Amino acid sequence: MVAIPTHLLPSAGTLDNDEVRRIRNDFPILHQQVNGRNLVYLDSGATSQNPLSVIEAEQEFYEQRNSAVHRGAHYLAVEATESFEDARETVAAFIGARSDELVWTSNATEALNLISYSFLNASLPGATAESARFALGEGDEIVVTEMEHHANLIPWQQLAMRTGATLRYIPVDDSGALLMEEAARIVGPRTRVLAFTHASNVLGTINPVAGLVALAREHGALVVLDACQSAPHMPLDVKALDVDFAVLSGHKMLAPTGIGALYGKAAHLNAMPPFLTGGSMITTVTMEKAAFLPAPQRFEAGTQRISQAIALASAANYLKETGISRIHEWETVLGQRLVSGLSELPGIRVLGPAAGQERIGLAAFDVDGVHAHDVGQYLDDRGIAVRVGHHCAQPLHRRLGLTATTRASTYLYNTTDDVDALLEAVSGVRSYFRV
Amino acid sequence: MSLDALYQQIILDHSKLRHGEGLAAEQPPAGASCGESHQLNPTCGDEITVRLAVVDGRVSQFRWDGDGCSISMASASVLTDLAEGIDTEELRTLIGTFREMLRSRGKIAADPEVLGDAAAFEGVARYVARVKCAMLSWVAAEDALGQASS
Repeated sequence: MVAIPTHLLPSAGTLDNDEVRRIRNDFPILHQQVNGRNLVYLDSGATSQNPLSVIEAEQEFYEQRNSAVHRGAHYLAVEATESFEDARETVAAFIGARSDELVWTSNATEALNLISYSFLNASLPGATAESARFALGEGDEIVVTEMEHHANLIPWQQLAMRTGATLRYIPVDDSGALLMEEAARIVGPRTRVLAFTHASNVLGTINPVAGLVALAREHGALVVLDACQSAPHMPLDVKALDVDFAVLSGHKMLAPTGIGALYGKAAHLNAMPPFLTGGSMITTVTMEKAAFLPAPQRFEAGTQRISQAIALASAANYLKETGISRIHEWETVLGQRLVSGLSELPGIRVLGPAAGQERIGLAAFDVDGVHAHDVGQYLDDRGIAVRVGHHCAQPLHRRLGLTATTRASTYLYNTTDDVDALLEAVSGVRSYFRV
Repeated sequence: MSLDALYQQIILDHSKLRHGEGLAAEQPPAGASCGESHQLNPTCGDEITVRLAVVDGRVSQFRWDGDGCSISMASASVLTDLAEGIDTEELRTLIGTFREMLRSRGKIAADPEVLGDAAAFEGVARYVARVKCAMLSWVAAEDALGQASS
């Protein structure tokens, strides 16, 4: 397993329902009735909720310090720039990175597109010599996995299509685990990029990062880690994992929408061609050409998402103070309770690792004879919020012989009562729909 | 709004015993003018293929294959019963009326005299996220009808 950075070590004992109930008091949105029932929010895998401290951090910025950053010499501009850069340092430290290696993006999808478009730019005429090592062409291969979210699949499909490179994927077995013997055959001397998710948003599987990184290193491939489902829920140290790039999503980790981040090793980021160009990312501009700043500004063209970045830092602080490894332990408890409870119900097929095996705190499942949309509607009627559909992972669903599933995903504000409420409700679904 | 108002008995019944399901089971009548349309709801992956045969200005056969939620499947089944035997203009009008009712967010009551069993989908109009489910086969029928008439 991953070594836990010392600053993320647990501050106290294991989380329990009593402490979680106190945590819930920090989240105003959770205290409401839906269809006459107390809201049971089990959709944090899609979007997490914001604690008051995060909401206030964003509001405080607009009330006290709102200004454009990295320009202007006035008081507010300096205050805004300092807060913005402090936020970068906080979020970078949260994942074990240096602050000059953390680029703000709108979301994780944009972060992945930033990488793929930068590589595309490196493959086009006019690319600099220093960016040549990112150029792709015929004979090169990009490798992903069969369990990827569309955000970590389609940008690579597009890059392959435009450069003539070949996209390959590491298949999964029936339980959704990566076939590592296949991986060893697929990743080879032609592999230039190996992109995979740390934890699956559908299966809950935690992928063997060390093994995959070792394979990539053997052949000199760059490693891109989708940390959307890991960074919010478990200790993450990008340096210890030795990945080249990692992406995360703010709204999945207690922050507002509109903010995400890209981690990249400085030596890569500073050699890569820009993705978006324009103001704030340049040194000298003439009518003919421009020279670019080093990372992270190199990839932050235009006015940035300042309040959102500050709110994301506030969210990272909230997670750090609660203890990310304590959160991980608690969600493991909730995830296991979900899987063992659901597996005992007749007609329910849980995707991913069986009960007792490692998984993050979510479970996607199929209800025999009832479409996921109907399951979700039935649960909503009881105040329970879950995600239904393909969860942006159509190829994985197809591989498992399904088109849509229901997913319950937990976070630090969920009690075991929430899980039990779901289990109780799911047990009534099939009889309601006369199956 | 209770769940039972959304999932009326007619809908649950039609979602199980699906009228008109099975494209391969039956060929369209000889000499019929045919249209076929595939529709997909990308948010949930529901999909349907509708084939409609027109003879002398009337819908003589309505067949479909689909994969989706109870609302979308029941809707296709109900539409089969309504569409077969009526003339193409009547079907166009019916589709328009059904769409208007579904998009009204509950403001337009469904008239069983006009909509028949499709009036049972009145409850869907209040669940904006489900309107597409109920419309899926009707959109396919509209498209297929356009092909068959052209």
